[in-house]
Amino acid sequence: MATHRKPVLARIDWLSLFLVLSLISIGIMAVYTSEYTSFSEPFFNTEKSHMKQIIWLGISCFLGLIILFTDSKVFYSLSNLSYVFGIFLLLITFVIGGEVKGSHSFIKFGSFTFQPGEMCKIFTALALSRFLSAPETRFNTLKDRLIAATIVLIPCFLIILQNETGLALVYFAFFLPMYREGLPNSILLVGLGSVALFLSSLLIERLPLFIAITVIALLSVWILWKQIKRQKLVILFIVGGWLIAVTFSQLVVPYIFKNVFKGYQVERIYSMLGQDVPLEFQKPGEAAKKDADYNVRQSKIAIGSGGVIGKGIMNGTQTKYSFVPEQHTDFVFCGIGEQFGFVGSALLVILYLSLLLRIVFLAERQRSLFSRVYCYCVASILFFHFAINLSMTMGLAPVIGITLPMLSYGGTSLLSFSILIFIMLRLDADRHILIR
Amino acid sequence: MINFNNNPRAWIVRLLFAAMAVALIFRLFNLQVWDDKYKVLADDQAIFRKVIYPARGSIVDRNGKAMLYNNVTFDLVVTPSRVTKDMDTAAFCSILGITEQDFEKELNKVLFKNGKQKPGVYKAQISKELNARLQENMYLFPGFELAERSMRSYPESSGALLLGYLSEVSPAMLENPRFASYRQGDYVGMSGLENVYEEELRGTRGVQYLVRDVMNRPRDAYKDGAMDTVASGGKELQLYIDAELQAYGEKLMSGKIGSAVAIDPQTGGILAMVSAPSFDPNLLTGEDKGRHFADLNKMATKPLFNYATQAFYPPGSTFKPITGLVGLDVGAITPSFGYPCAGGYYACGKRIGCTHSGHGHAANLKVALANSCNAYFCDVFRKIVDMPKFGGVHKGLETWYEYMNHFGFGHPLGVDITSEGGGLIPDSSFYNNMYRGGSWNSCNMAIVGMGQGEVTVSPMQLANSMCMIANKGFFYTPHLVKSIGGDAKHPKLKKYLEKHQTTNISATDYQAVIDGMEMVVTNGTGRVAQLPGIAVSAKTGTVENYALLFGKKTKLDNHSVFVCFAPKDNPRIAIAVVVQNAGYGATWAGPVASLMMEKYLTDSVKRKPLEEKMFHANLVKKYTYTIDSLQRIKDKLRWEMKMADKEGQIAMTKRGDTLLVNTMLEKFYHLKK
Repeated sequence: MATHRKPVLARIDWLSLFLVLSLISIGIMAVYTSEYTSFSEPFFNTEKSHMKQIIWLGISCFLGLIILFTDSKVFYSLSNLSYVFGIFLLLITFVIGGEVKGSHSFIKFGSFTFQPGEMCKIFTALALSRFLSAPETRFNTLKDRLIAATIVLIPCFLIILQNETGLALVYFAFFLPMYREGLPNSILLVGLGSVALFLSSLLIERLPLFIAITVIALLSVWILWKQIKRQKLVILFIVGGWLIAVTFSQLVVPYIFKNVFKGYQVERIYSMLGQDVPLEFQKPGEAAKKDADYNVRQSKIAIGSGGVIGKGIMNGTQTKYSFVPEQHTDFVFCGIGEQFGFVGSALLVILYLSLLLRIVFLAERQRSLFSRVYCYCVASILFFHFAINLSMTMGLAPVIGITLPMLSYGGTSLLSFSILIFIMLRLDADRHILIR
Repeated sequence: MINFNNNPRAWIVRLLFAAMAVALIFRLFNLQVWDDKYKVLADDQAIFRKVIYPARGSIVDRNGKAMLYNNVTFDLVVTPSRVTKDMDTAAFCSILGITEQDFEKELNKVLFKNGKQKPGVYKAQISKELNARLQENMYLFPGFELAERSMRSYPESSGALLLGYLSEVSPAMLENPRFASYRQGDYVGMSGLENVYEEELRGTRGVQYLVRDVMNRPRDAYKDGAMDTVASGGKELQLYIDAELQAYGEKLMSGKIGSAVAIDPQTGGILAMVSAPSFDPNLLTGEDKGRHFADLNKMATKPLFNYATQAFYPPGSTFKPITGLVGLDVGAITPSFGYPCAGGYYACGKRIGCTHSGHGHAANLKVALANSCNAYFCDVFRKIVDMPKFGGVHKGLETWYEYMNHFGFGHPLGVDITSEGGGLIPDSSFYNNMYRGGSWNSCNMAIVGMGQGEVTVSPMQLANSMCMIANKGFFYTPHLVKSIGGDAKHPKLKKYLEKHQTTNISATDYQAVIDGMEMVVTNGTGRVAQLPGIAVSAKTGTVENYALLFGKKTKLDNHSVFVCFAPKDNPRIAIAVVVQNAGYGATWAGPVASLMMEKYLTDSVKRKPLEEKMFHANLVKKYTYTIDSLQRIKDKLRWEMKMADKEGQIAMTKRGDTLLVNTMLEKFYHLKK
């Protein structure tokens, strides 16, 4: 093993590191332009968000170097301990946690605030990898599957109690590595299917949705025709799925919205998507509030007004004059959409996709199962953040306060993603040895 | 390196990632490329379209003296849809000094008038101090803007009707294609010159595009001002009006109802156009404009009515020179023709009175004019229409009607002022209607020859006819504006440069009449118009008039009418004056005309006692108020009847609709049994 003896910096995957650093740079630029007012202000002003982000980048790189020069086996052996530590941190947050914007998920050290839920993603990823790669684990048994699910759902549950639903939802991303390691197909299908069905029954009108569901059902009949010939039961599944989907979207959702939910609840759900409440669900006597969906509306206006090539750097009227709230954290993508238009935004999406596919590629070349599961965990978390954040800025998903990895302003977020990725790079550097 | 024998699930994960990316790009395409809505929304939010109102053109008199000034004022303009719920209304109300209820009320007014999206004037012409205080705090009040406007002020306080006034453009006007480029809240000339020359006076509005931030504060020029347009000021109008003469005329006519029109015969330029009672044009500017307008509108003497162009009177004896001219031209008489008047005209059976009965007071045209003999001109008129060469009184009257048209009677002249009427010259079809079956003859209308009966003319037309006599056969359409922005040949003024030589009456005929009119002044009824060293030609008129009071035709005091021009051989001014219900032409209208003439020709007035008498005379009769209130009651009744009629019609259509629907329903459900 010649490669093994090379120094660690020669063995890491420079391509993915390059992709990550470019995304962080784009993020700093987006934060800078969203705060920029005039050239007279100095760039190197530590009061400004972009400068703080640069400092955080420095800290992250330093930590990254430490991680790279640590033995890869350390992560394996510390994984369970770190998980316990993470759970402990989450628990003590209930006691000493401060409140920021209605959520009790922060710990304060002086002026420095820290969100254990964010860090706990790394620990959960390590613990899940350790469990799945353990020699005694038989992941095809129900018992081990339940244990794996519990590992993921304990922090998730604790974070929900801390009123950070968005962050908690990220933990569902861990079902993707589990799927890769043998969770049945149907779980992924049902999971993705029900999310898609729920969103589309809010976003799409009933008749087109009915047609779409029917077309999908007919398509699956056509695709699975051979199997149906062999086993008649398959058609029952398809018909059953079609019936459930149709009942849910055509009858259950309208019924719940009309008769069960109160007016403000309906409004809340729609406003999270940046949509007006359809006339049929509006309750008489309950005046519709207009400002509830302000964020998404403004975000859509900012992105939409970018056009094909954008308004040019520093020329975004919507972001520059702060029409979009939280435009350097959750809605950082607005600035890119407005300034660089469709071309720039699509390039960013492609950049993300390249990083994700690269990580999957890294995962698949690992010799040890621990590293593979961990890589998948990283890819899944990134994917979940990326998909939900962009969807919510464009009004496709509810606004649940999920950052855009590497781009959004925020120290903890940047630090945790850096650690996540550097550990992955360190494990990948030792891809030819069996870590256990 | 990629191992295709890999777990297919790795490929499913890859597919999932790629599918999501494609979906996001698709959504991006939809938002950024496909849908234009967001660009418009963004511009709406962030781009502030600031309209720069140019200074409106000024108006100066013939000597370059300003008739009006522009003052810069600010209007507080609001776009109701932009006003947010969380606006600091308390601060707003405390600056404006109003209560919160008032705030809501005013906002609702604008909302009702203009709708949610259009900017409307919240408070017009705010004071300088208020403007300063608002400017500082404007960012606190989203939806509100301060719009700069120029407001008129009138140093002479005269010429209100001819200058006109400015007001916010009305919804009805906005539908007129002429005002298509106007937006709700813009100012526009509502009447007079301000309206007629609106396009020249307003200039070109400029637009400045500014980017504003979320606090509604304008920040920088949008695209560095590439889309901005520069405002250019309106053009200056120079008038023929002599501001001093106008003010003097208004002063002379104070306490009277009527009009005085002075025209320069050589150009057709109107030197003064007095409509009495006059009012201070400054009343129709500023904050209390609406209240003042309502007050003026309520007055029985109708100051908003232009007596110079909209009021019509039988011209009375001032018509006699024209009857004489037509008689001479058609050959009905010669200047030496005389009529043996002995105090009346008896040829038609009924006596038509004449104030003179002395022998020889109508021995020839000159003397007849000087003594204003009624019988003489009744006879001349009958001779004209009954001339054998026309073949019957119908044809004769048509010829006379033609002559009257040439003199500018019976139709609007085309003066550059709003609402000019035409008056009435009766033709044969008029009398056919009046005397059913057409059984009428020259006797039925003999008094038309002396300016009584059915014929009515406006003071403007009367003054114009004097110009025609003074010029011996031609006139220029009377007009107020001499040049627009220094350009005397402006397209809009072209029609006023045209000489109207409509008849072929010979100069000798004119001379005979002019000499007769001179004799009116030297030793006739119009001696009051004598001016030392200036040969004046004039004619007095005392017009009988009637009103229907409580269903009874009642004779009112005579209108006092006077026409004149001077100098006789090189005329520089022609004047027509009408004073309603004042008495003899020479007593009231004569002095007004003469004093104005003196003022214009000699720059100073020496006859101070006469002037004083005219200034202080109050000749508005009590029955003027009675007539006015009766008229208002009548108008109200008529309006109510019209409304009732309209409601009835609506009810009828509704009933009709119901019936129609019922029949359709019956057909549809086969309910017919």
